[in-house]
Amino acid sequence: MASTIALPVRGLRLAARAPILANPLNLVALALIAVFAFCALFAPLIAPYDPLLQDLGSRLMPPSPAHWLGTDSLGRDIASRILYGARISLIIGVVVVASAGVFGTVVGLVAGYAGGLVDEALMRLTEVFLAFPALILAMAIAGALGPSLTNAIIAIAAVTWAVYARLTRGQILSLRRREFVEAARAIGASWVRILWHHLLPNVLAPLMIQASFDLGSAIIAAAGLSFIGFGAQPPTPEWGVMISEGRNYINTQPWLSLFPGLAILLAVGSFNLLGDGLRDAFDPRLSRAQR
Amino acid sequence: MRFLGFLTRRIVGIAAVMVGVSIITFAISHVIPADPVAAALGDHATDQQIEAFRSEYHLDRPLPEQYFTYVVGLVHGDLGRSIRTRRPVADDLFDSFPATMELSLAALIVAIVVGIPAGVWSAISRGRLPDHLVRLVSLIGGSVPVFWLGLIVIGLFYYQLGWFPGGGRIDNFVTPPPTRTGLYVVDSLLAGDLEDLRSSVLHLVLPALTLGYFSTAVIARMTRSSMLEVLGQDYMRTARAKGLQERLVVLRHGLRNALIPTVTILGLTFGSLLSGAVLTETIFSWPGLGRYATAAAIALDFPAVLGVTLLAAIVYPVANLLVDIAYFWLDPRTQHG
Repeated sequence: MASTIALPVRGLRLAARAPILANPLNLVALALIAVFAFCALFAPLIAPYDPLLQDLGSRLMPPSPAHWLGTDSLGRDIASRILYGARISLIIGVVVVASAGVFGTVVGLVAGYAGGLVDEALMRLTEVFLAFPALILAMAIAGALGPSLTNAIIAIAAVTWAVYARLTRGQILSLRRREFVEAARAIGASWVRILWHHLLPNVLAPLMIQASFDLGSAIIAAAGLSFIGFGAQPPTPEWGVMISEGRNYINTQPWLSLFPGLAILLAVGSFNLLGDGLRDAFDPRLSRAQR
Repeated sequence: MRFLGFLTRRIVGIAAVMVGVSIITFAISHVIPADPVAAALGDHATDQQIEAFRSEYHLDRPLPEQYFTYVVGLVHGDLGRSIRTRRPVADDLFDSFPATMELSLAALIVAIVVGIPAGVWSAISRGRLPDHLVRLVSLIGGSVPVFWLGLIVIGLFYYQLGWFPGGGRIDNFVTPPPTRTGLYVVDSLLAGDLEDLRSSVLHLVLPALTLGYFSTAVIARMTRSSMLEVLGQDYMRTARAKGLQERLVVLRHGLRNALIPTVTILGLTFGSLLSGAVLTETIFSWPGLGRYATAAAIALDFPAVLGVTLLAAIVYPVANLLVDIAYFWLDPRTQHG
């Protein structure tokens, strides 16, 4: 789970000081994400086998030209399952971050702009959600709703939004007394317009950085929930499910769990790397310190 | 006086958060499930059992009254009865808490002992090989799924190399030390039992390293960036200009100031350790809260899952409070500001 951002960063409108593509690490991150997205989008075209197709005659085969990453205990092709798994992981990441990000940002905008009792109430609510260790609350929610991938996504989004609320509110507090906001108010702009046109664009940069980290966190959390039986269910080719299915073969056929885990590591690592790169680019002060 | 005021404000804040936490756990247990009776009793309960359950848990009363009863129970330490173990959940939690505490503390020690020097090393050799190495290892630590890492570590160090045990807290043929703190390593030290000590330390190594890797990465990154910021400060130049040895400049003037943000991160880290413990304990058959929660969740043992959730939500703000107290003493500015 990625840490939250400790320092304020500049808005998108104050364009990034360091071009994002100038840093080779960002290029590596973007390339890895592109590969990941390509696998997710075109899995049916590039996967050599049907991910659910069982072939008991060739079960537990080590990696070979016929099965690049070997086969699992039911003879299913691991490479094909990983490719289809990319699809599920990408959906999880995007849905969690989009829903939690939008909801949390709206809460933070309203709290920061309204101030007073509204701010107090919304921030206490945010603190409550931040008090729960994410996976444990997600387990309880997934337990209440019943184990399924959709419910795992709901559970992870429920523990993710609070960070966006706190982040947005903090930014709004430092912006709402600035001249451009006062000026907009003076010419009679509505509060919706001030929030949407003047404040939101200036808080997007830290939110994007957080979103990059959370894409990775959501993928790990969903895989973790699936691993203990609270997310995707077998025979779904989800990475956490695959690691769980390979658990009893870790001594004899380690590739069953090894490759899906490496897939998670690469996907999450590339989002974390991109998050680092964005932070360096958007915050000149931090970027000087980091390099 | 200022400290007392700060402490009072924080405790009131935690109490407010706890009220919120109780509302959420209440909602999860009483409102979200379409049928809490079915969730608790399963599909095969008789009408009579359902009726008895509804009245025992006051499910036939209005929601506000149910919440009130729930909170009164919580305040009296009544977390309900586990469906799986048939014991009071509070007793189960009491029994499994020390194991989780031992694992989390060991992981935290790993994170501090490895993370802080790694961060300092990375900062003072910025742009060179050690820096790249620490950053790469930290990036992996922040991206690796803990349950997968646990499996790989067991495969390698238990099955292949046979260096460490593959699970549990102590060897089956060894009698656990008499309980004083509940932490086997500490208890066996107190009892002076070297056999117990050896066995419990060996059992602790793999799960603590697995669980601690993520926190180590977080702390190394944090220490590196705050150290880099501190290294550029004027007082560092002054210290060097005075002719102090570089080692003293870095450790006495640099690290002491760079550690302040790292201490803040420790509290947050503790929360992530608890989440990580759920999965790590499951992998290493470590009989703590995490494994208890997972076993409970798989058995649809709702009171038990909520008990763990509630306890975890209390531990997190309390850990942060302890960190804030440490912070208060570490950074004199907070005492006057």
